[in-house]
Amino acid sequence: MTAAPTETAPPLPDGPESEPSYLAVESGLWSWLNTRDHKRIALMFYVTVLGTFLLGGTFALALRTELLTPRRTIMDAMTYNRMFTLHGVTMVWLFLIPSIPTVFGNFILPIQLGAKDLAFPKLNLVSFYMFLLGLATTVGGMLAGGTDTGWTFYPPYSDLTPTRLVPVLLGIFILGISTILTGVNFVATTHMLRARGMRWSQIPLFVWTIYGTSIIMLLATPVLGMSLLLVGLDHGLGLGIFDPAVGGDPVLFEHIFWFYSHPAVYIMILPAMGVISEVVPTFAHRRPASYTAIAASTLGIAFVGFFTWGHHMFVAGISTYDAGVFGILSMFVAIFSAIKVFTWTATLYKGQIVFSTPLLYFFAFLFLFVFGGMTGVAVATQSLDVHWHDTYFVVAHFHFIMVGGSVTAFLAAAHYWFPKMFGRMYSERVGLLSASAVFLGFVLTFLPQFLLGNMGMPRRYYSYPAQFQWLHVLSTGGAYLLAGALLLTFTNLALALKWGEKAPANPWGSRSFEWLTPSPPPKHNFRGAPNLDYSPYDYTMTDEEAHARAGQ
Amino acid sequence: MPAPDNELATLGDQYDSLETQERSLELGMWIFLATEILLFAALFALYASYRSMYLADFKAGIEHNTLAFGTVNMYVLLTSSLLAALSVSAVRADRPRTASWLLGGTALLGAAFLAIKLCEYWRHWQEGSLPGRYYHDRELPTFGANRFFTMYWVMTGLHALHVTAGVGVVTWMAVRARRGFYTRAVHARLVIGTLYWHLVDVIWIFLWPLLYLS
Repeated sequence: MTAAPTETAPPLPDGPESEPSYLAVESGLWSWLNTRDHKRIALMFYVTVLGTFLLGGTFALALRTELLTPRRTIMDAMTYNRMFTLHGVTMVWLFLIPSIPTVFGNFILPIQLGAKDLAFPKLNLVSFYMFLLGLATTVGGMLAGGTDTGWTFYPPYSDLTPTRLVPVLLGIFILGISTILTGVNFVATTHMLRARGMRWSQIPLFVWTIYGTSIIMLLATPVLGMSLLLVGLDHGLGLGIFDPAVGGDPVLFEHIFWFYSHPAVYIMILPAMGVISEVVPTFAHRRPASYTAIAASTLGIAFVGFFTWGHHMFVAGISTYDAGVFGILSMFVAIFSAIKVFTWTATLYKGQIVFSTPLLYFFAFLFLFVFGGMTGVAVATQSLDVHWHDTYFVVAHFHFIMVGGSVTAFLAAAHYWFPKMFGRMYSERVGLLSASAVFLGFVLTFLPQFLLGNMGMPRRYYSYPAQFQWLHVLSTGGAYLLAGALLLTFTNLALALKWGEKAPANPWGSRSFEWLTPSPPPKHNFRGAPNLDYSPYDYTMTDEEAHARAGQ
Repeated sequence: MPAPDNELATLGDQYDSLETQERSLELGMWIFLATEILLFAALFALYASYRSMYLADFKAGIEHNTLAFGTVNMYVLLTSSLLAALSVSAVRADRPRTASWLLGGTALLGAAFLAIKLCEYWRHWQEGSLPGRYYHDRELPTFGANRFFTMYWVMTGLHALHVTAGVGVVTWMAVRARRGFYTRAVHARLVIGTLYWHLVDVIWIFLWPLLYLS
């Protein structure tokens, strides 16, 4: 290990840092609410998704507390059913799907492309307000009683449930519109607003993953919107589209729903892989072992992800042949993921590694993602899935991917880009401590759930046999540790906002293009149009050479 | 008509030229149209599944529909699409007033489509060919016919919503064209509006055989 190269921005040719930062350029509430600046919109999304993360996390803690004892602990069964539905809905649509793209994608993608803003800034703001509207509708539906179908809304139960389903469905539909608008913006920006000289083979890897994610958002979200609309029509108006009583087939809903909801997993994990692909070269001070392998496997996952939905339905009556095909296609995802994992690991080899909080999150990510991914291959095998289907094994598997993959990468990004976004440094010691605690809390929460699932504990059950209790207690203890660690993480960052040291332009000695701008960047990011005709991972250059070449 | 303060020709900070800005708008619309197609694709997939389950009943349902309604409506929409395409040519030939008239014609034909559709809906209402639980057509008392008409209502209903939105957009563009907003150099917003209208037309071209021809 070597010390981090201490670097400051070189003196600027036309007046030193005279331009005010995007935070200082305007003030007042209206300047935020009516902004077109992608960075300010990103911050508004940031505040919003942290709120929804807190909400979903609170639901999770309530659930885990209830599960401390085999019978009633703090809530009745109906409340519990509503609570796990709301936990799923909140975490999937209000946190995981929007989190990295709308916050870090919005903030970093235009800068990494050398653009002054997204292609459609007004649309970006509309997307934010659509998100708020969807959030208000969904949360309003929760307050009005919520629903007890689980986040998957399977008919025929969702046709019949006495709870109020329609506001929640409508809210998710509106959130889908917000997602689509964001996706349109990212794709158009990547095509039209790349800096002078930037070829497709030089696009930063984070941009590649956000691009791949946007494609999934654009092609999958409308199908989800339609499936939820149809369930809403069934529930609200009695159209009976999936109602067997009038000749409908509920399994068709599962097909349409998972056509979106499986790719949705990649909406959550691809941006996470993008963050990791930036963090690893930066802290190893070395170009990625293979840029092409990471970029191509990103598109590979985005593509093959559309053909794996059937693996959710192995016990829903699809044929053994279909199940086999879907199983094999699902395993392709593991191949593409493995390509990434090996490439990141190989990038560290002979690198000048600086140990830091984002890198520690990368190690947590690596372990959890590989563990979650390997169990994913296991459940994609139909003979094994018959045993594990709808048990805690599946719950543990997807939490290893969702929380272990997406959330750790979200936290890595929150630390990695913190100096750029806010112009301050967070406390590295507290960061390392909280990252370790997040990892421990996570493992303690979900490792016991693999064992529970394998022993036969079904998911979503309110009560359970007494011999499962010790594992449930361990899991609940882990959940509290995880919650405490997250609280420490965000407290550390919040304190740094005010009391952190001032951050230099490039505190990590990274070659990625966003570090060419001052911290925090001015309204239009760069001075003039930057010339980005070189690789963002070229560590043979010094900071001065990079600035000179980019014309910054 | 006074020359408007043309906000469409303002160059956004993030663009280096009006041409890039125009091309970005068109690209954005093409991407959006892909999402619209996927929205309908879910319904087409459902239609295909139910049709394969209840093939004979679907054919009976199609026989039960009045071909003339669907066919006339197809020609109405095709004509409206032609007028919309001509309006773009008119703007490119520096004839904004002609473009405005053409767009007005497009909107009127769109409204005519909706009027014809409503007549047809009224007829289904009287026959009891309603979706799901409300279905009570005594001529075809089968699950399959119920499925056919449920899909019929959902697919044409969603399409009609799109036509309604499209009529609004086209009317708005007709007013803007008349006020001289679209020029030979800057008219991407007209192009993307007409693209949307063409999509509405194209979807009907697929709905027509599925719902009216066996």
